[in-house]
Amino acid sequence: MAASVELKKIRKSYGDVEVIHGIDLMIEPGEFTVFVGPSGCGKSTLLRMIAGLEPITGGDMLIEGDRMNEVPAAKRGIAMVFQSYALYPHMSVYKNLSFGLETARAPKEEIERKVKRAAEILQIEPLLQRKPKALSGGQRQRVAIGRAITREPRLFLFDEPLSNLDAELRVQMRVEIAKLHNDLGNTMIYVTHDQIEAMTMADKIVVLSAGHIEQAGPPLELYNNPKNLFVAGFIGSPKMNFLKAKVEGQDAGSAKLAVAGSSLTFDRKVNASQGDEVTFGVRPEHITITEGSGKHFSTVTVDLVEHLGGQTIIYTTTPDGTAMTLALEGQREVPLGSQIETYIDTKRCHVFNAAGDVV
Amino acid sequence: MTASSLESGSRGAGNKVGTRNVLAKIWQQDGPGYMFLLPWLIGFFGLTVGPMVTSLYLSFTDFDLLTDPNWVGASNYVRMFTADPKFAAAMRVTFFFVIFSVPLKLAFALLVAMLLNRGLRGLPLYRAIFYLPSLLGTSVAIAILWRQLFAGDGLVNQFLANFGIDGPSWISNPRYSLWTLIVLSVWQFGSPMIIFLAGLRQIPQDMYEAASLDGASKFRQFYKITLPLLTPVVFFNAIVQTIEAFKSFTPAFVISGGTGAPINSTLFYTLYLYQEAFGFFRMGYASALAWFLLAMIAAFTAFSFLTSKYWVHYDD
Repeated sequence: MAASVELKKIRKSYGDVEVIHGIDLMIEPGEFTVFVGPSGCGKSTLLRMIAGLEPITGGDMLIEGDRMNEVPAAKRGIAMVFQSYALYPHMSVYKNLSFGLETARAPKEEIERKVKRAAEILQIEPLLQRKPKALSGGQRQRVAIGRAITREPRLFLFDEPLSNLDAELRVQMRVEIAKLHNDLGNTMIYVTHDQIEAMTMADKIVVLSAGHIEQAGPPLELYNNPKNLFVAGFIGSPKMNFLKAKVEGQDAGSAKLAVAGSSLTFDRKVNASQGDEVTFGVRPEHITITEGSGKHFSTVTVDLVEHLGGQTIIYTTTPDGTAMTLALEGQREVPLGSQIETYIDTKRCHVFNAAGDVV
Repeated sequence: MTASSLESGSRGAGNKVGTRNVLAKIWQQDGPGYMFLLPWLIGFFGLTVGPMVTSLYLSFTDFDLLTDPNWVGASNYVRMFTADPKFAAAMRVTFFFVIFSVPLKLAFALLVAMLLNRGLRGLPLYRAIFYLPSLLGTSVAIAILWRQLFAGDGLVNQFLANFGIDGPSWISNPRYSLWTLIVLSVWQFGSPMIIFLAGLRQIPQDMYEAASLDGASKFRQFYKITLPLLTPVVFFNAIVQTIEAFKSFTPAFVISGGTGAPINSTLFYTLYLYQEAFGFFRMGYASALAWFLLAMIAAFTAFSFLTSKYWVHYDD
């Protein structure tokens, strides 16, 4: 049971202050969509509007083609997992799972069957008689998801459900939620500020900033072809390097940029004029120090080296004093203060104009 | 003097010096603290513990304020249960008052707290206004005002007359007199209301959001979420208000003129105790009454705590 969700010019205002500015979005049935963005960008507000917990100021919200703006939350066929889990502390796990069904006056056998199924899926059968206070963070999270499963909704909503867990448990639960999506096949909308969660779980990522959608698409599409500086900076870890650059000249099939004290020739045209100040973007993992692995880029000074085991992160400074990060595969011994040559594949670099849009 | 006695003498002197050193050290360390505590300690032992112990002793005597007390054993306590119909009347009135005034006051306080919890504009003002009767409620002035309101020609009957209702004299009619005191008690709902309001604000909003997504009506949300999560506050308020109700004195004293009239219908336990002590100077018997009241309150409190594990839900 999966449903499509369509947002048409959705707006939200608190008094005179508009916080969501006309969002258009289509979520296909069964799709795992992640709303991602910095704090205050409106991602949770948008989710709560879909849930029916916040009134919609303008535009239309459709589930399976039916307008839902005025439909009460309980009648939208959705279930939501809250950041705080919102488990009822005075009820056992069983009662927490069955609350929605009991409210709907479902037959006892049906309640038992659905609770059992959810408990099996989430492997929480031994916990059914416990109270939430006797559960660990991960177990509480499972119960919160179980409560959503028992309702058999057509749409699952998750509001930063992993942010209260420690790093290890977060990774584990991330995998479990992704598996749950594969098993159930429901449409899921997931809100997070953690771009790694977004990248690893989503079929579609929606990057939000200040109440606007900056870009929506599959994770690798956003990673490889960010539309603007915001998305380029937000997606990817370590963050993309941004360096000031100037268009030195271009012809039909190439462009020449002055960047980081070097002159770099691109094998494609950029949509800017000679002399324009632009921003050059390159991801840390797309810079190498091996000669012949790309075009020579710049000679940089090593400031700090972080050994992560499978990867070595090198923090450097370019000749014009700009900070630049390199992420190299494997374990590399690079002396601090040394000067190293860097190489890049210009096909994997990005150029942004003064407005921040890719050119 | 033998060598051993010399030795023990010097050891004794050494012990004295040692004790003095320890006391000096304690005084140096804690002395200023005890000095700050001294006014309270004087009050606690002089005005609370001392009189309590004395009254416990007096409860086993026939003390009448004028002559020396004579030990009478448990006869004051025996008299209470076997030969004092007024004691039975006072118990009846007090229990009736406790059983009706406490739940009504708590229910009303919770209702107002829930209304105030709905993000009302000017909330601090309303909170102050509603709290005011709790500050004034037990005063003599309010009791006198209450007598004027519920008198035969009082404001209540004047108001009822507008609708053609000929109201009774609420205070002098034994059927209604206790109820006017119950209404006065309920009117002093401010204190439990403030505590309920604080408790309501502790309930996370997302519990209600989760429940509304589950399709729970406002009523179901109230009795399945609000009420269970509020039980620690209900428990606290119930104990405090019940103790207050058992101890209630001023309104009954003022409204009945200190007699518990009409026909003992407002003869609160404490009022009867006062009559015995300062009307008939039976201090020994009044002391026994006071200790029995304490025992009742203690038993009620202990019972409440023992049963609380079945109905009070603590988050942690």
